[in-house]
Amino acid sequence: MRLLTHNMLSSNIKGVTNGFPLRIEVEKVVEKSVDFNPDFLKNMLAKIEYKALVEASRIMGYAELPDHAEPSMLESDDFLRKFHHALMELHLEEGTLVCPQTGRKFPVNKGVPNMLLHEDEV
Amino acid sequence: MTSRPELKAPPEVFYNDEEARKYTSSSRIIEIQAQLSERALELLALPDDGVPKLLLDIGCGSGLSGETLTESGHQWIGFDISPSMLDVALEREAEGDLILGDMGQGLGVRPGVIDGAISISAVQWLCNADKSCHEPRKRLKSFFESLYRCLARGARAVFQVYPENLAQRELILGYAMRAGFAGGVVVDFPHSTKRRKEYLVLTCGPPSLSSATPKAKGEDEESCSDEESSGDEENQTVSISDRHRPRKKQKLNKKVKGREWVLRKKEQMRRKGNAVPLDTKYTARKRKAGF
Repeated sequence: MRLLTHNMLSSNIKGVTNGFPLRIEVEKVVEKSVDFNPDFLKNMLAKIEYKALVEASRIMGYAELPDHAEPSMLESDDFLRKFHHALMELHLEEGTLVCPQTGRKFPVNKGVPNMLLHEDEV
Repeated sequence: MTSRPELKAPPEVFYNDEEARKYTSSSRIIEIQAQLSERALELLALPDDGVPKLLLDIGCGSGLSGETLTESGHQWIGFDISPSMLDVALEREAEGDLILGDMGQGLGVRPGVIDGAISISAVQWLCNADKSCHEPRKRLKSFFESLYRCLARGARAVFQVYPENLAQRELILGYAMRAGFAGGVVVDFPHSTKRRKEYLVLTCGPPSLSSATPKAKGEDEESCSDEESSGDEENQTVSISDRHRPRKKQKLNKKVKGREWVLRKKEQMRRKGNAVPLDTKYTARKRKAGF
């Protein structure tokens, strides 16, 4: 699961108002190379929650991403490359996603998070 | 048509390892899924600006439909409820991220971030109550509300569905509308039982020219040849649910041997100069069957 996807997911449990971002507990990170596409990245910068991305990338072991992002930084190839790496190339292969409000754990196996809710959580 | 899978078992049970493998190794299924996905992507009407979009593939299964999205250059996130199918998707090295989840529980995706969603042959599974706690209506509501929320303004969702009957399709459409979607149904090749395919095309946001339901395939000609529709969606009329079969020509009820005809013929003969009996009340009178 890439950080792109992690940045889109929020805890869906009944009654949870503050389900984003899901906390990451890492067991295994895999780096996969993905084609660099600046247009896509520019489009995405507006959509993602940047702070959550920075935190998540640090937990995954990548500390190069700057703390804040301004739209002007999109001109910088250096920033785009870092952004690309953090967003698209870091995969959580094994680990857990934790709901920030309830602490409920969603396991991640083979890169696939199990977001199935129990009957009482729906 | 053979029995529907939805009536046999819930999807995570029906699509077990064996079925998942069967599904993905059948070249016929692969081809059909590819065609359906391409058509769905076409109906999504994404802007042709060369910028990859972030899409959802709901009920992505073994990644067959996702492949079409990847081939078109987009990024996607896939949802499926069957671990076996997702395993196959992993084996096939699907490029999109996969999530094991139940669409009837809501998608859990942040508001306004998705550029489009497709679903191939999946949404009808929502209409079944597989567990006692399942309430199809509640699930449909959850699904459509969460989908509407996560789509960006002006984004579309296209679902290829196999509704069991009209009532089921109306149910699905009804919940979509209630969640705020606009749109309609596109039926390709409505007259061919084999080729007939239904797509729900839903739009988020204010209706505009671009949200008019696109033109379906195979309605103009009675012989449903495989022609590409013009793909020109802007000025098409909003479609109705089903195209009606064009009425056969009325059988010409020409009374060949009526009284009028006889009189006309007699007049013709007179003009020719033949000896013709006079016209009386007995002319062209119905005779008994013996004649």
